Amino acid sequence: MRPSSEAVDMLAHTHVTDCYQCGKCSAGCPVGERMDVLPNQLVRLVQSGNFRRAMDCEAIWLCVSCQTCSARCPKSVNCAGVLDALRQLAVENNVINAAARRTIVFQQVFLNNIRRNGRLNELELVGVFKSKAFLKDASVPLLFKDSLLAPKMITRGKFHLMGEKVKDRALVGRIFERCFAEGPRGHK
Amino acid sequence: MRIGVFTCWCGENIARHVDCQKVAEAIRNLLGVHCSVDYKYMCSDPGQSMIREQIRNGKLTGLVVAACSPHMHLKTFRKAAEAEGLNPYMVEMANVREHCAWVHHDREAATAKAIDIIRMAVAKVQQNRPLAAIRVPVTKRAMVIGGGVAGIQAALDIADAGFEVVLVERDPSIGGKMAGLSETFPTLDCSQCILTPRMVDVGQHPRIKLHTYSEVEAVNGYVGNFKVTVRKKARYVDITKCNGCGDCWNKCPQKKNLSEFDFGMGKRTAIYVPFPQAVPARPVIDREACTMLLKGKCGICAKKCTRGAINFEDQDQLITEDVGAIVAATGYKLCDIGKDEGRYKGYGEYGFGRYADVIDGLQFERIVSASGPTGGEIKRPSDGKTPKSVVFICCVGSRDDAKGCGYCSKICCMYVAKHTMLYKHKVHDGQAHVFYMDIRAGGKNYEEFVRRAIEQDGAEYHRGRVSRITEHNGQLIVRGVDTLVGEAMTIEADLVVLATAMRPADGVESLAQKLNIGYDEYGFLSESHPKLRPVETNTAGVLVCGACQAPKDIPESVAQASAAAAKVMMLFARDELTREPEVAEVNEQTCAACFSCVRGCPYKAIDEADITDRQGRLIKRTARVNPGLCMGCGTCVAICPSKSVDLAGFTEQQVYAMVESLV
Amino acid sequence: MQIGYYPGCALHGSSNDYERSVRVCLGRLGMELRELDDWVCCGATAAHSLNAKLATALPARNLAIAERDGIDQMLAPCPMCSMELIKAGQALAASDALRREMSEIVEQKVSGATGVLNLIQVFQQIGLERIQKAVVQPLSQTKAACYYGCLLVRPPEQLRFDDCENPTSMETIIKALGAEAIDWNYKTECCGAGMTMCNEDTVLDLAHKILTDVAAHGANCVVVACPMCHVNLDMKQADVERRYGVTHRMPIYYLSDLVGMAMGASGAEMGVDRHYVVA
Repeated sequence: MRPSSEAVDMLAHTHVTDCYQCGKCSAGCPVGERMDVLPNQLVRLVQSGNFRRAMDCEAIWLCVSCQTCSARCPKSVNCAGVLDALRQLAVENNVINAAARRTIVFQQVFLNNIRRNGRLNELELVGVFKSKAFLKDASVPLLFKDSLLAPKMITRGKFHLMGEKVKDRALVGRIFERCFAEGPRGHK
Repeated sequence: MRIGVFTCWCGENIARHVDCQKVAEAIRNLLGVHCSVDYKYMCSDPGQSMIREQIRNGKLTGLVVAACSPHMHLKTFRKAAEAEGLNPYMVEMANVREHCAWVHHDREAATAKAIDIIRMAVAKVQQNRPLAAIRVPVTKRAMVIGGGVAGIQAALDIADAGFEVVLVERDPSIGGKMAGLSETFPTLDCSQCILTPRMVDVGQHPRIKLHTYSEVEAVNGYVGNFKVTVRKKARYVDITKCNGCGDCWNKCPQKKNLSEFDFGMGKRTAIYVPFPQAVPARPVIDREACTMLLKGKCGICAKKCTRGAINFEDQDQLITEDVGAIVAATGYKLCDIGKDEGRYKGYGEYGFGRYADVIDGLQFERIVSASGPTGGEIKRPSDGKTPKSVVFICCVGSRDDAKGCGYCSKICCMYVAKHTMLYKHKVHDGQAHVFYMDIRAGGKNYEEFVRRAIEQDGAEYHRGRVSRITEHNGQLIVRGVDTLVGEAMTIEADLVVLATAMRPADGVESLAQKLNIGYDEYGFLSESHPKLRPVETNTAGVLVCGACQAPKDIPESVAQASAAAAKVMMLFARDELTREPEVAEVNEQTCAACFSCVRGCPYKAIDEADITDRQGRLIKRTARVNPGLCMGCGTCVAICPSKSVDLAGFTEQQVYAMVESLV
Repeated sequence: MQIGYYPGCALHGSSNDYERSVRVCLGRLGMELRELDDWVCCGATAAHSLNAKLATALPARNLAIAERDGIDQMLAPCPMCSMELIKAGQALAASDALRREMSEIVEQKVSGATGVLNLIQVFQQIGLERIQKAVVQPLSQTKAACYYGCLLVRPPEQLRFDDCENPTSMETIIKALGAEAIDWNYKTECCGAGMTMCNEDTVLDLAHKILTDVAAHGANCVVVACPMCHVNLDMKQADVERRYGVTHRMPIYYLSDLVGMAMGASGAEMGVDRHYVVA
């Protein structure tokens, strides 16, 4: 999908034109301090059609989807949904912010995991994510991060080593295929 | 009948799409039409002269002017007819502009439609009968509801013009919100210093009758002739005996009641005068707080009163006042954002009602006011500490659709700037922060005032909204943003003042229903026309002024109050009123007395009446229209199952004639 | 009493202690859980970040199964799952076109009529009185900070659960157990949720803020009803302490842990021994 304010409105089920830039979203954002572009600025960029900057920023990938911005917005703009939409548009248009690569890879690995198993296989998720992230940004610390926790998790019975799979995995595959093939459209 | 038809070109407005000459020719052949002419501007002087000449020379008995909407010029042409001795209600207009030329492009079809419209008017006018304007007497006495600054101004203006005024105030004293303010923008003059002399004027005015602690219970009648029932709430103090010495309230043991006048920032006794300059300066007993009234124990005030003014047996009284005009000046309240309230959602994120040091603008007025509970020393409610850092937040409850209120409260930008100045003038080492979205300072010397707060008194303005307030070790942690810098920010504050939205005072909807006037979705009373009839309402004789109509500041409220007073004086300048005679009339012979019309009438203009013989024996019952109240809407005509109601000027006969002319 | 049960991936994975706790606790209250047959992942953050349609389709698959099997009420103890299921259900219920489209995608008729409840709502359904009656060991020593996090209360228009700025439903339950519920600031602030793995910095930062405020207000434990909150506050607590050079040592309980313990269940029975921070 080509980025446009209409596309964002449709994906996020909102009206970005309603935003009057009060900044309450940015004021309450738990990760606002780390963001290179604040949520209200992202909405402004969408309003003014500057999608290059809106998609190519780390901020959209720092968002923790806590919905605080949307819940407190005086104009009922679904700001969290706008960030979701920007993430989707960024990946579809191959705009990958360098600093956010790891998060993007994580989300993709997560979805592939679901596509294959129907349910999350955590061990596989960790393994695939770490090797992919390592290949992408060669972060040795990341490769071993949490490895200290792993034995503990196993002794605490917190890991299913095999992971679960749904019975009708073929259907899950078809659901994915349909959602990605028909051109993703917003529903929520 | 000799009818003249005058088709107007309205410059190009009509003539562009309607062939007026052709129209005039076609109409000329209709039965009863004596002459039919067209002209460029019928409403102009030469146009009117031509009409008058035709009436005179052609001895016309009916007139159709095919031109614009009757809202525009019906009066013009009726006057012209009247000047020639023709009954003005023998004039009809055919609207060939709005209903035809402006909405069609096909000239031929538009011309044909114009002919049809005029034919209908000709058919109607043939059924017209001369009507006479209705004359009603005027009671030259006004009622003002609400004794705030707007009500005071309106009452004094009307009384000073020589008419009697009845002023009804719900609280124990007049003065309204303004009496509780500290200083006023943009001059920083003391609010009480400018208001209290006006209050005294009201209290002493020979032509103002004051009902405090009273509310309007019912309104009957119509313009010039209202009957208003007022409930005088039991005060438990006979104010004719009381001399306001203060022995009672000084000795009252119930001292811990939150003071309404201080917006809960201070305390008062159970028998109390709301504030020292109150008018009347007579106490009232709070029946919810007095142990004598609640449990029959105490009575100290009665023992201390040397004049025997205390009366625990006092009852509410209903009194009736006859007035010719009513001015509603019921003012505003600040919204309570602590909880959800009907359509309005609370602001849990700001902790109002949860943290003692989060207060609203009117509460801040009281703690900065010399007459307030802290004697004008700025101390915060929780621990009495002088706040060294104060955050003011604009647009709380205003401009917030998600919380149910989209409008701008208009005065907050100004009073917040004022608050930062007053604070700085009293706490020199303190810092005021303001979170704002836009600064709306349109008014004489307003913008300069805001700049002074920033440039001279060092208020820090941050452009952005606050998301959340939390508390940590007695400090309020305010999480906001400066969108101009593009950074979220956190301010540790000792006190937070919320500029909360102005809403109409409680109970305004029920008052509006009693007065039969409109109000908007928020409860603000509706003016008749936003530009040209700003203080009139859709009910003749009822006027509005001040913040009950829309958020406004003191200068605007006062100006509007004087405007309303002027309208009252206009009304009282005449001995009787004339009203349009196009009102409903009941055929009392055929009326089946089902009274559907009585229930359906939106103006309460129809009464149930008895027809009696000479001995006073009931012959039959009937509905009867009060022509003073009837607005000619026709609802009753449509409702009546026995076809016993008709509307003068729009009789069924006339309407049928119009329809028949088309088929 | 029987209710549908959608565990979600976390409860069948690293948060299996939560599942145990929920099962034991609700079992003692006479609530039978009927697990949804062949349920799939709700899609979580990854789906709504990358493909809006998938974020409806995956929950729709689960709702379709529930409808097929005649389950009209379903507990989803993970707020992420329950929020996704509720959002999808409401979108489906509101749009004919969407119902048709989703029924095609998931190859089964789906209308979105299934009621989805979070854990607190199930306790509310059981009723305070019944819980109170079942209490054999009042938690008189417990001073709990109830932590709701994000998705139990947001987005409020869709979830319509409690006051989204100052919720109190967990407190009500905790008090019924004889425990004290303290008032504190960050009941609904985010802990970083699903960013644990890909953005640890954020999670540690937010968890530290929450744990610090909890301690400052005198709580001796935190109560959660979310597997992600538990991971970030419990499993990650040691990392928080290392990074900020502080000692929190704050035990983090699931709401069902406390209800269960008050009813006499042992910690081990409910998987409390699997928590990282031990009381």
